[in-house]
Amino acid sequence: MNIILRHKGWTWGFRSTVMLYFVLLVILPLLGVYYHSFSLGFHSLIESLSDPIAWKSVLLTLELAIFSTLINVVVGTMIGWVLVRYQFPGKAFLNSLVDLPFALPTAVGGLMILLLLGPGSLIGSAAESLGFEIVFHQPAIVIAMVFVTFPFVIRAVQPLLEELEPSEEEAARTLGASGPRVFFKVILPSMLPGMISGGMLAFSRAMAEFGAVVLVAGNIPGRTLIASVFIYGEVESDNTAGAAAVSILLLTLSFTVLWLINWVQSKGKTI
Amino acid sequence: MHIEVRNLNKQFGDFKAVNDVSFDIEKGHLIGLLGPSGGGKTSILRMLAGLEHPDSGEIRFHGQLVNAIPPQERGIGFVFQNYALFKHMTVFDNIAFGLKVKKFGKAQLKDRVMELVELTGLKGFEKRYPHQLSGGQRQRVAFARALAPEPQLLLLDEPFAAIDAKIRQELRSWLRELIERVGITSIFVTHDQDEAIEVADEIMIINQGRVEQKGTPWDIYKEPKTPFVATFIGESTVIERGSQLKGFEEEAAQPGTKALIRPEYIEVGLAQEFNLLSVTEEGIVGHLHFRGSEWMVEVQVGEHKLITYRSLEKETLQPGQQVRVLVHRAYLFNEDRSWIAENRLKEDPMPVMI
Amino acid sequence: MADQLGTVEGEDYMRKLWIGLTYLVFALLLIAPLGKMVFGAFNEGIGGLTSAILRPEALHALMMTGFIVLTVTLLNTLFGMMMALYLVRGSWMSHSIKRFLNSIVDLPYAVSPVIGGLMIVLMLGPGSIVGAFFEKVGFQIVYAFPGMVIATLFVTFPLMVREVMPVLQEIGAQQEEAASTLGAYGWTTFWRVTWPSIRWAVVYGVVLTVARSLGEFGAVLVVSGNIMNKTQTATTLVYQDVENFNVTSANSVSLVLAVFAVGLLLTMEWAKKRKGVH
Repeated sequence: MNIILRHKGWTWGFRSTVMLYFVLLVILPLLGVYYHSFSLGFHSLIESLSDPIAWKSVLLTLELAIFSTLINVVVGTMIGWVLVRYQFPGKAFLNSLVDLPFALPTAVGGLMILLLLGPGSLIGSAAESLGFEIVFHQPAIVIAMVFVTFPFVIRAVQPLLEELEPSEEEAARTLGASGPRVFFKVILPSMLPGMISGGMLAFSRAMAEFGAVVLVAGNIPGRTLIASVFIYGEVESDNTAGAAAVSILLLTLSFTVLWLINWVQSKGKTI
Repeated sequence: MHIEVRNLNKQFGDFKAVNDVSFDIEKGHLIGLLGPSGGGKTSILRMLAGLEHPDSGEIRFHGQLVNAIPPQERGIGFVFQNYALFKHMTVFDNIAFGLKVKKFGKAQLKDRVMELVELTGLKGFEKRYPHQLSGGQRQRVAFARALAPEPQLLLLDEPFAAIDAKIRQELRSWLRELIERVGITSIFVTHDQDEAIEVADEIMIINQGRVEQKGTPWDIYKEPKTPFVATFIGESTVIERGSQLKGFEEEAAQPGTKALIRPEYIEVGLAQEFNLLSVTEEGIVGHLHFRGSEWMVEVQVGEHKLITYRSLEKETLQPGQQVRVLVHRAYLFNEDRSWIAENRLKEDPMPVMI
Repeated sequence: MADQLGTVEGEDYMRKLWIGLTYLVFALLLIAPLGKMVFGAFNEGIGGLTSAILRPEALHALMMTGFIVLTVTLLNTLFGMMMALYLVRGSWMSHSIKRFLNSIVDLPYAVSPVIGGLMIVLMLGPGSIVGAFFEKVGFQIVYAFPGMVIATLFVTFPLMVREVMPVLQEIGAQQEEAASTLGAYGWTTFWRVTWPSIRWAVVYGVVLTVARSLGEFGAVLVVSGNIMNKTQTATTLVYQDVENFNVTSANSVSLVLAVFAVGLLLTMEWAKKRKGVH
């Protein structure tokens, strides 16, 4: 085996296979979508995008994703903080449970939310009697997005807090800083990079989410139809041009966010 | 192994790490590559090992060109700066690695490993893992591992850098003896001149990718070929305008000639201690440092502060005291050349004054 | 003194508040929905659960999922590991190319699974050149197993690469160089030196890949066409059951998936601990 694998041809073969795999699997399909959207001419691209149902779905996705990201940044930072700083019964259990949304199929996540908040359920009917609708409306989409992206901020903030030396905090205290002051001047700044990068990951995932959302959203154009569900509908009705047009809009948005994450992270490293 | 290196070049991006380097190393010698960090020493070592490919130039072992030969077949042992021990293997398995690759028989392998364990004083530690060893022990394992397959050339990259100052001394002499006993051609990289002087038969001073000088430690100290070597090795003070020194007015007459003065080039003392008072200059004693066996004296001569040593036998000087200073010798250099000059006034006690 | 006592009490109060809030979030967002689903699966008793799972279409869907998980995990573990090795150690690529490829590896994270599916339909569907060619040969890609595998491969590609790369960077190349100066060639070096250091990261990557390919829904839904007893997977069956208001069946299949997910979660915890110590 050794002698065979030592041959130059094998090394070369391995390299080209892996590179080819990567190009065919990741790069080519992405270029394909862009190519497909532009192949029918710029005019038809504009036409597809100027369909109010199309651009409204992207706008709605953006809105709800930002909203759910904000919730996650606040809640996730708090949980990350509690899980690192406090000792309490059940801590290890909760810490493992954080990753559940990553391990669970998103469609199952969607189903769970549907069951808990849906029409026949306790919470659903209670909310309905108060004139407040959850499932098939925007709150359900936000809840689904928060559920799916729950671990991102927590997992980004935790290592930063663990690295933060207690002596830094103690130093601030010996210099006479009060509790809130220590928090805002010492602890929060050190958590910030994690909050930002975790938040951006959560945001790009929320923008892309389909499984959990498709089950709980009412899919009413302009109100509860998000971009990925819209694309699915277009594919189902064989309008691949419309689907591709919205896709590249969504993709470009997501790539920008991803690029921003990289930028923030590389900046964080140099500081 | 006899090593020849000719016109070696290596560039990383825009940075010329190794610039037209040539040298010869004789079989059985222990050579120290000395120079500031980032000067290209490690790159030269890695090219000798085959871990890095030269952009151009030739490397020959025993007269045979090895440029295209992979590290696996060069017959070298390499000791890394942080030892690079296999952390999931025991000491025994670490040392045995090279032998297993060479398909040694079980009994033969065990004998060879135990021989090395014995040689490096690691007996009783064979079953330990690297993280259970002290820095010095890890280094011994690294040596043993590199020596196990009986290489013809041992390359060591900053072998003492990661070791406590206290045991460094002990390890240096240990290494020196070990290499002598094994009789293997060895090259080690260091940025510590004491280490190079103490351990190596010969030193190569490397700076900015070039070999500045090659020679025995004493030769290099005595006759530095370039200003860089002169300043890098030993203690010294550089005087910007050499012609300001008494006795060197003519020698350093060319504008831009600087003078480098070592402590032993200067004599400092009271007026009655000198035979030729006319050759001396006036100086004022600055700080005095007691160095155990002698005084280190800082003395202000004109606008220059010079450093020298003074025997404890002589009368103790006081800070602020007026003394006479004699500069016996100076290492002069300018853009064109560098040379060692003796004090003119000393040679010619009665200069012709017209 | 009294003042100080006050702050300590205040801190204790804050502590309880924060821990309480944390428990509340977990209970509402994770535990309650999970519990609701588990109970929902037993809505019609154990019999209802087993009959829902033993439906031929459910068994077929679970089998499909199993095959996809197996194929995808195998391929992406292999290629992901090699990609990571090349991106960290490959001296045959220039730095700028490595940096470029490195940033592209992440792209599938940012691509909505539905778009991932759409891409494959566009590239390999019956309307495309490649797809038409394969169809003529009698080999169907889209709306069949190969397409579903490709879609899942796309979605899960970054997971292994991203787990292995930091470990390779951390251990550095010196141990491998040491092995090569001792006479070991690439393959020996990999098995004897590199692999023991990265194996727990690989295990963790495998767990993540299994979890993601088990749960993949959007991309597979688009590519598979969701044809019962043919291209339906466990997750797309859940979707169909919900659409058909067949809640108990959906819950039952979900329960099976959730059990796997919890198992994966436990493996993840275990691998994470081993990864920490190497």
